Amino acid sequence: MGCTASDVIAALRAAAVVMAEHRDELVNLDRAIGDADHGENMRRGFTALLSKLDSSPPETPGAALKLLATTLISTVGGAAGPLYGTAFLRAATAVGDLAELDGAAVAKALHAALDGVVARGKAEVGDKTMVDALVPAVSAAEAAGGEVDAVLKAAADAAASGAESTVPLVARKGRASYLGERSAGHLDPGARSTSLLLRSFADSARVAR
Amino acid sequence: MRPVEEPKVGLVIVSHSEMLASGIAELATQMAPQVDVEAVGGTPDGGLGTDYDSVCAALVSADSGAGVVVLYDLGSAKMTAEMAVESADDPARFALVDAPVVEGAVAAAVASQGGAHLRDVAAAAVGASGEAPVQAAPARPALHLVTDPLSVEIELTNDVGLHARPAALLARTVAELDADVLVRYRDSEANAASVLALMGLGAPGGESVEVIATGKDAREAVRRIEELAERGFDD
Ligand SMILES: [Mg+2]
Repeated sequence: MGCTASDVIAALRAAAVVMAEHRDELVNLDRAIGDADHGENMRRGFTALLSKLDSSPPETPGAALKLLATTLISTVGGAAGPLYGTAFLRAATAVGDLAELDGAAVAKALHAALDGVVARGKAEVGDKTMVDALVPAVSAAEAAGGEVDAVLKAAADAAASGAESTVPLVARKGRASYLGERSAGHLDPGARSTSLLLRSFADSARVAR
Repeated sequence: MRPVEEPKVGLVIVSHSEMLASGIAELATQMAPQVDVEAVGGTPDGGLGTDYDSVCAALVSADSGAGVVVLYDLGSAKMTAEMAVESADDPARFALVDAPVVEGAVAAAVASQGGAHLRDVAAAAVGASGEAPVQAAPARPALHLVTDPLSVEIELTNDVGLHARPAALLARTVAELDADVLVRYRDSEANAASVLALMGLGAPGGESVEVIATGKDAREAVRRIEELAERGFDD
């Protein structure tokens, strides 16, 4: 079975809770190697989404993803706004006006999201950014096949280890790159939030099934 | 009948900080009073960051028909500005330039004030070297040791002094010569090859500057600058 607009909306609501719960963790990760705003920015963006979901509930999965994208773009304030905004816009475009997403559509949306992040931020694997979580997630999602929950679980598992892999890296993009060698030894906050979001989406898909 | 003023290329400065954006805009408009320089910085709640909607609004208000050059400070300001430009009705009217934000803004504003078109204003920003006038150091630069420097005092008889156009004229005058030329005003020196450095001296009309030239064409350089000054820089 596929994933309808109301499934996507439920997943986004759950993700908003996760972002609020992990606000301090992300702030602290960003404080170590950045400007300490990532957790608050993500919380603010997803909180703004909640009220928009209430006032004008999207009618397709694509419309829900697009609403998330535009909300993040106009409320996040840090690099996560344009990056996640572009990611979810591309994902929305990839799914078009499908009424229901199957596993293949979700994998395709994830790939489009990755392409958007790379186009916007110009980062590569190894730069210590969300790309380090997203690239393995997309590969795993495409390799997994099957239903939405299986695709998202594979993506979330790979994103988690991808995020962990940023710890020893020296940042080559973003604010952390100004720290040079001193950025090594810390988990990248953007890779961590990507991993948290994918885990949350995977949990929602499992529950929906 | 006076000729109708051509619209000038506008500028948008996107910074993480409202104070920084405003400061840069203030600096740039000082040298280009007729150019619309919009400062956008910070988040709506007064924090550090960039706000997409404010950038979109600034793009619209800076565009008086001749297009807009957009400068930014750090990475996410660039991404936010990119997205705002992409979502504009006509993205081709906006040039997002990778330039040193302070020097680029000043150079772009001056170019726009002089009537340059969008592409040239953008090029002025990108070409802003960031070369500031050097403080006169106790040890004179090595170039003075090569030959005996020629040094003359020149009075700036024009109203505006070494402002944008006179500075550009001066730089152009010596560019083709085989000479190193320094212009000194009070405690600052500028390489005469750099328009921006000359403007940075802030030498106003009625004041005098010292021109110090070395190299094969030193004499010719001094002669040309004297002639330029006598003509009041054609102002
Ligand atoms: Mg940050």
